[in-house]
Amino acid sequence: MPSVGRNERRREGPEKLTGRALYLDDHSIPGCLHGVTVRSSIPRGRVKAVHFDPAFPWEECVVVTAKDIPGRNLVALIEPDQPLLADGVVNHREEPIALIAHADRARAYEALKRVTVEYEPLPAVLTLDESAALKQVVYKKDNVIKSYLIERGSVEEGFARADFVVEGEYRVPAQEQAYIENNAMAAWEEDGVMVVTGSLQCPYYVLKAMKEILARPADKIRVVQTVTGGGFGGKEEYPSMLAGHCALLALKAKRPVKMVYDRHEDMAATTKRHPALVRHKTGLTKDGRLVAQDIEVVMDGGAYATLTSVVLSRGTLHAAGPYECPNVRVRSRAVATNTPPNGAFRGFGAPQTLHAVELHWEKIAAAMNVDALQLRRVNLFKVGSVTATGQLLRESVGASDCLETVVKRSDYAKKRRAYDAWNKDPKKPTWRGIGLSVVHHGAGFTGSGEVYLASRAGVALTRDGGLFVLAASTEIGQGTNTMFAQVASDALGLPMDWIQVETPDTHKVPDSGPTVASRTCMVVGGLVQRAATRLKADLEAAYGHLPRTRAELKAAAAALCAGRAAHRVEMEFEKPKEVTWDDATYRGDAYGVYSYGAFAADLEVDKTTYEVRVLKATTAQDIGKAIHPLFAEGQIIGGCTQGLGWALLEEPVYKDGVMVNAQLTNYVIPTSLDTPPFDVVVIEKPYSRGPFGAKGVGELPMDVPGPAVAAAIKQAVGRLIPVLPITPERIAKALS
Amino acid sequence: MRGDAKSMTVLTPATPAEAVALLSRDPGALPLAGGTDLMVGWNMGLLNGRVVLDLSRLDAWRRVKAARGGVSVGALVTHAALRRHPVVSKRFPLLSAACATVGAAQIQNRGTLGGNLANASPAADTFPALAVYEASVRLTGPSGPRELPVLELFAGVKKTRLRPGELIASVELPFPEKAPSAALFRKVGTRLAQAISKTMFAGLLWLDADGVVEEARLSFGSLAPTVRRLRAAEASLKGRRLDAAAAAAAADLLDADVSPIDDVRSTREYRLAASRNILRRFLEGAAR
Amino acid sequence: MSPIVLTVNGKRRSFGGPAFTRLIDFLRETLRLTGTKEGCGEGECGACTVLIDGAPVNSCLVPVCSVAGAKVETVESLGAPEKLSRLQQGFLDCAGAQCGICTPGMLMSAHAHLKAKGAKADDASVREAISGNLCRCTGYQHIVDSVLCAARKTAKRKR
Repeated sequence: MPSVGRNERRREGPEKLTGRALYLDDHSIPGCLHGVTVRSSIPRGRVKAVHFDPAFPWEECVVVTAKDIPGRNLVALIEPDQPLLADGVVNHREEPIALIAHADRARAYEALKRVTVEYEPLPAVLTLDESAALKQVVYKKDNVIKSYLIERGSVEEGFARADFVVEGEYRVPAQEQAYIENNAMAAWEEDGVMVVTGSLQCPYYVLKAMKEILARPADKIRVVQTVTGGGFGGKEEYPSMLAGHCALLALKAKRPVKMVYDRHEDMAATTKRHPALVRHKTGLTKDGRLVAQDIEVVMDGGAYATLTSVVLSRGTLHAAGPYECPNVRVRSRAVATNTPPNGAFRGFGAPQTLHAVELHWEKIAAAMNVDALQLRRVNLFKVGSVTATGQLLRESVGASDCLETVVKRSDYAKKRRAYDAWNKDPKKPTWRGIGLSVVHHGAGFTGSGEVYLASRAGVALTRDGGLFVLAASTEIGQGTNTMFAQVASDALGLPMDWIQVETPDTHKVPDSGPTVASRTCMVVGGLVQRAATRLKADLEAAYGHLPRTRAELKAAAAALCAGRAAHRVEMEFEKPKEVTWDDATYRGDAYGVYSYGAFAADLEVDKTTYEVRVLKATTAQDIGKAIHPLFAEGQIIGGCTQGLGWALLEEPVYKDGVMVNAQLTNYVIPTSLDTPPFDVVVIEKPYSRGPFGAKGVGELPMDVPGPAVAAAIKQAVGRLIPVLPITPERIAKALS
Repeated sequence: MRGDAKSMTVLTPATPAEAVALLSRDPGALPLAGGTDLMVGWNMGLLNGRVVLDLSRLDAWRRVKAARGGVSVGALVTHAALRRHPVVSKRFPLLSAACATVGAAQIQNRGTLGGNLANASPAADTFPALAVYEASVRLTGPSGPRELPVLELFAGVKKTRLRPGELIASVELPFPEKAPSAALFRKVGTRLAQAISKTMFAGLLWLDADGVVEEARLSFGSLAPTVRRLRAAEASLKGRRLDAAAAAAAADLLDADVSPIDDVRSTREYRLAASRNILRRFLEGAAR
Repeated sequence: MSPIVLTVNGKRRSFGGPAFTRLIDFLRETLRLTGTKEGCGEGECGACTVLIDGAPVNSCLVPVCSVAGAKVETVESLGAPEKLSRLQQGFLDCAGAQCGICTPGMLMSAHAHLKAKGAKADDASVREAISGNLCRCTGYQHIVDSVLCAARKTAKRKR
């Protein structure tokens, strides 16, 4: 019986449900020291001196500064700009300056209090607007980390033909990933190999950074993932920093060192979603057809480049929304500020720009006096559409199916009318609204990214009959372990419970690329499928037929391995021949394929307190094929809930360059009572290049709630609030 | 976790008298009731090296005693116990309702009324209800017992008028002489559970047969350094027929008794607007 | 000072370390019961939820000295991987756990709720019972489904 499409049990479920799954801090590491971090208390300046209180017994501690780094003082990722430890200059609050380790965790924190850093402050820029206005140059020549331009047709000609031209400006804030397990890592030296283990998404990113820091080859460094308590992008790049810190302390101490952030430190010091400002100028004919989209995007990258260029790229490529328009110009840039670097968070730039383009429909609809739904229907992508980058959408375009499913199941048209009537009744204690959104989300890496990555994954059969999936893609809750086993099982034609998924360990698994960008199932799952298909053929050739029992598998394995320890089949990503992309002009197939999603937010606003309660969330998402329908639904509800949090509750508050609400008490994420009932429909428009037709599902759900909520609030209170989160404070202000 | 257990000294009295004696000898000791606030500071490493007076053995202070004139709530009674207590929920429903909005189950099961009072947070969920029920706080200390009206307990943000060596023993809640014509507790938090209040209201209203206000007791939390009764609004209502105009006039007097601020949770402007609405709608609702 | 004695998962345990040691540290570091997780140290996330005398509390906010004589239950008391409790089975069947870090605390809140409410548990009561347990993965719906699935099974068995 095929396993794909069935709700198989979560592989590591029983361990997680009994408290036996070991997260980093659950491991007992003999002789382990606890590491802590001396951090900058100013946003920008020169470090004149670091003083260690002579009254403290420093001989109990190990102290590391930039001088102790054997290799480069760099967190290697894209731009070589971020030091592992500040050396003479700090560029943001909470930037690491020195490290301390002590056998007693509380004493390590006590030692931290005995360090004072003397600075010569330099002028800083703390907001996107200050940086864009060049109040002070703090990064390269013009504060610009990266910029892009997409042009299709001529927007000037488009506006000349337009009957309506509508402009709008939208802003979205940073967002904290708020995984419940804080960043945590440990490192120790073992037979000349630096072992680094912890909570992370991308083992090979950590390896890349460690090679530079330690000036060692890959075989002298081993990165192993422990059970990871959530990532959402927040454990994409930051673990490289933390791994480097642990390794430096472990080298100097000659003992294992563990670093486990507490919540405050994790929130204040680690990456967030990029805040963004998006401006739209849109031209339409009187029948509602788009003729010009002129879009400007500005993102706040924080103090160092980290992943900003890629986040901005994805934001830029999604800025025009899932609509066909002959004349498009997208001008985007990311600017630096003296705040902790922003980085990856589910959606990776797309939720920012999609929020703007989707909410802009409400403004256009008001200007044209029609429903935004009608305008979307006229312009939505379908098979044969051409995107802003000139990409022809050849297959698997479920945009309209998603939208129409949501319109029907949410009873959008009827409710829209009923709520207009409700809102006219002064006796009702609330105002009500229903709003829509529809988006596309590119699956996998941008443009030529997958080609550069050249990811590898495979399967192996050991001579004693052990079947393993070998991939560096991590299980962080989304169901990777189970999904890989399902894909391998069906490709091999062997029972799922014969298959094990190897722990991501750079000494055991090939580089499958990072666990990001909705690529694990579609891209890496595709490699696993190909490798398993090959192994099946190899098995049949060696044994005559597929083994039917475990005993036969053992015999077949012995035949196939012929004395070797294992028969290993690895596949490498191959670019589909129809996909072309030009990084220089930003023209071509930005992504191999897109997933699509639509959302209806049905909500009410309390007339007394302006509090918003979402009554119901309806969503339909085209993900090609749900390998595991229940897990796919879990991704959708979970991702949409993060989107609802961003829309209504969550906002890091910065003062003097640091997050002042860096606690779960004051940075509020949704509880079970804040979360509405969900009606979820998975739409399957198969992608010919995806395993069993699958596309991406991880990020898409994050894109849809924001604009739908804002549109619903517009119906409820009669004001378009162009800023997230739409708090009661902002509603009260808009109404006053 | 930045606290250092080894650095702490724990005193464990077995009786209230012993607790007072220990605290008098060491007035800097931190009384530990439910610990739901104290431990947050300890986890941040702010209380290392301190002496803690662990009150967990004072079972006498864990009781709710109902008598003819009212209810006496021991200082160590948890919000969960108070929320479920039959007499409290029947006769002091606003207090039960307030207890139900404290944190979530985990905090309600541990946090105590006495601890909540001693902590003196401007955003404490129970205070407006205690203010309109005109509760008083019974204290015990080196110079013997004394009683303070709840409003007089608070000296400012996180500051009480407890004297050195004094502990809160109980909260005395007198039964209202007659059932109110209208009563409301309303908390506006940062979200729907586990929320710290942005503003919080408790109101009791007695009307005569003609709809004239005999007495109004109105209180807001989170709008000033300490919980406030709305003396100006109460006075404006007393003896006046309750109608929309009276409600609006009372709501307009809100500013006379409160002074909210902008902070990471909300704004002064919003707190005033939402609070005025809550007050006006409560009074309008009672007028009908 | 005499050791502090308490019952953990049915076993009598005595603790002779610093009296102000937190319950979570006693469980995780002394008893090596690492199922109980620390997520925030503020009593906000609920990952450290255990039952004290049957009631859910945040073990990161409880010094051991204050619970002498108490009965403590942790996730390790529920079931083993090869023999899950009905509640754990509900979570496995209905995808109530994703990354799993909130799961032990979530299970303890749900366990206390089902003990109190049994088959009378419904969507609203479960949502309130777990409102002190933050989950960032699931959006809660599958967790509520998991608890109600276990409640229904309990009800069937009793009939």
